[in-house]
Amino acid sequence: MSTETVNEAHDSDDGHDAHHEHHIPKGLLRWLFTTNHKDIGTLYLWFAFIMFLIGGAMAMVIRAELFQPGLQIVDPHFFNQMTTVHGLIMVFGAVMPAFTGLANWLVPMMIGAPDMALPRMNNWSFWILPFAFLILLSSLFMDGGGPAFGWTFYAPLSTQYSGDSTALFVFSVHIMGISSIMGAINVVVTILNMRAPGMTYMKMPLFVWTWLITAFLLIAVMPVLAGAVTMVLTDKFFGTSFFDAAGGGDPVMFQHIFWFFGHPEVYIMILPAFGIISAIVPTFSRKKLFGYASMVYATASIALLSFIVWAHHMFTTGMPVAAEMFFMFATMLISVPTGVKVFNWVATMWRGSLTFEVPMMFAIAFIVLFTIGGLSGLMLAITPADFQYHDTYFVVAHFHYVLVTGAVFSIMAAVYYWLPKWTGKMFDITLGKWHFWCSLISVNLLFFPMHFVGLAGMPRRIPDYALQFADINKWVSIGGFAFGLSQLIFLVLIIKACRKIGEPVSDQVWEGAEGLEWEIPSPAPYHTFETPPFIK
Amino acid sequence: MSKQSESKHTTEKSSAAFESERASDVQIPKTRAQMAAENAKTAKKLVFVVIGMLGFSFALVPLYDVFCDLTGINGKPSNEAAVYESVVIDESRTVKVEFITRTHSGMAWEFEARTADIRLHPGEMGEVEFYVRNPSDRDIIAQAIPSISPGTAALYVNKTECFCFKHQPLKAGEEALMPMKFYVDPQLPKDITVLTLQYTLYDISATVKPAAVVAMNNS
Repeated sequence: MSTETVNEAHDSDDGHDAHHEHHIPKGLLRWLFTTNHKDIGTLYLWFAFIMFLIGGAMAMVIRAELFQPGLQIVDPHFFNQMTTVHGLIMVFGAVMPAFTGLANWLVPMMIGAPDMALPRMNNWSFWILPFAFLILLSSLFMDGGGPAFGWTFYAPLSTQYSGDSTALFVFSVHIMGISSIMGAINVVVTILNMRAPGMTYMKMPLFVWTWLITAFLLIAVMPVLAGAVTMVLTDKFFGTSFFDAAGGGDPVMFQHIFWFFGHPEVYIMILPAFGIISAIVPTFSRKKLFGYASMVYATASIALLSFIVWAHHMFTTGMPVAAEMFFMFATMLISVPTGVKVFNWVATMWRGSLTFEVPMMFAIAFIVLFTIGGLSGLMLAITPADFQYHDTYFVVAHFHYVLVTGAVFSIMAAVYYWLPKWTGKMFDITLGKWHFWCSLISVNLLFFPMHFVGLAGMPRRIPDYALQFADINKWVSIGGFAFGLSQLIFLVLIIKACRKIGEPVSDQVWEGAEGLEWEIPSPAPYHTFETPPFIK
Repeated sequence: MSKQSESKHTTEKSSAAFESERASDVQIPKTRAQMAAENAKTAKKLVFVVIGMLGFSFALVPLYDVFCDLTGINGKPSNEAAVYESVVIDESRTVKVEFITRTHSGMAWEFEARTADIRLHPGEMGEVEFYVRNPSDRDIIAQAIPSISPGTAALYVNKTECFCFKHQPLKAGEEALMPMKFYVDPQLPKDITVLTLQYTLYDISATVKPAAVVAMNNS
């Protein structure tokens, strides 16, 4: 295997000698065969955005059905497919690839490396991804429909009450898992081996740190997900009884295995966001990040704690009280390092010379709204209270606050922050502000009232509801449609930026921006740091 | 192993060749080939972690069973007959034991406990009969799976005889009374006063060996 890699490295060297700096292969094949970290980053980001729009369209179907009580637009089975595939696409197709795309673009530039460590594997890890989602989406058109058991695919829903398309679901999850694992290995190897001389661990930008820890989480838990889906596959099609009580298995064990993956997965989707916010807030506060070292340790603690809290998703499965207490307190413990982070961001802004450019507006919205999501998470951690909240819209509100106004807002902030560096042109600031304010207002109209219907007892994943929830659901749906439409502003802005419409920007782009990526020209040349910089 | 050392050898050779090519380029501390070899080495280690974690996900299955056998927290009582010997009856308290029966979806059997609940002292022997009838027109083999609530009580329910220890074949239209004898361990925590013992009947005709079906038809 290593021989092959060496040959590859030679190939790319020769290739590099043959075409020089500005000679980039043209056309579709450039994108198909590229091993350039910037190209692959762009591919990941576009893929994530397209998936975000597809998953968002499914959310529109869900909100249209829930606009009024009663069943009017889709039948319940299709509704279930929409909630399931919406979740799968947003988690594995939008948020995770978007972060991987940002890592591809930024990690080599931030640590002074010429490219990712394993460029050929990098190409593979992206290009298998579209096929995973083609398989998943095509299952929706099969007889019997696509997966309809929720993105958590609990047994026995997925093993006994599911259609034949479950096999397609399993394979697509396998491919997504392989893609994420390859991406994560690449990030770890790049960061461990390819840092420029003088770039010690404690000098790395926090985005690099958070991604390093995220990549280790991915390497640790994606194989567990692969194991879980494989067990579902063999239970359903090959007569094993991992989760079938009749054959000596236990359906509750599915939940243990799934959430052993699932909870670290939640942090996989938020730790890189912490890194992004830690880059943006200091720039627009014109101060150094407050408490750099504590940020690193807090990130590592969150990652370690994420392995011992999984059963807080399962408080109602009839666990003994001692176990419930353990998982409750372990979960609450996570709010300590998370609190450290939030306070550090606020302390960074304290007495800074703040300006409110579009990335900063998204970053501040992130801090406020992610904290709301974190606090509702703390409420859910309280075992006795969780018995009331479990499987209601309160949970839906909670994880959309952390994932949409958390992870997605941070990705948008990152795109606005680094886009001028990528294109060399300032994006359309007016459109950016419109995008921000429309998103901010609509997202709160969309998710905030869900807390109330949830507390009042409206269950999640049901296409119909009791009449008393009608008014709130109408407003939630209006918020949903508005949030969906607001993203089209973002689409227009991105297309304009990619066509290089806008004012040219300086190398530093933002006054107060610090880091290696701001020392190279704008737009970032195709090859950067061929000769490693020296970091004092 | 030999393959590994061979590839390592190739790596060294090629990187040496590469170094001489680029002798003038002294600025780069490591050649690209050296870097690539190092990267491949790190990546290989990480691949072992991935394989290890995949193995761990499957190892969770037996680990889960062992953990639950030791602690009884998933409500599964022992599947072995207990021996009723020198058990001290704790007459200071009474425990109520309730029985719930259900058949798994799609199974047409009638299945009920002849006694809905009994009260007994911990250590005292209890006996309950369960009635089953197969009203369908085909022979079916069933397996009863017990579950005890609260889960922590599962360790303290000792059955000396139970129909759930073996398969229950019933021919079309046949009926039967199935006995279950048990006692509650006197060590039962004091805060547990009511136990619920649930049996679910599963149709396992399709999964048991055809030989068993033949034997059943011959009997």
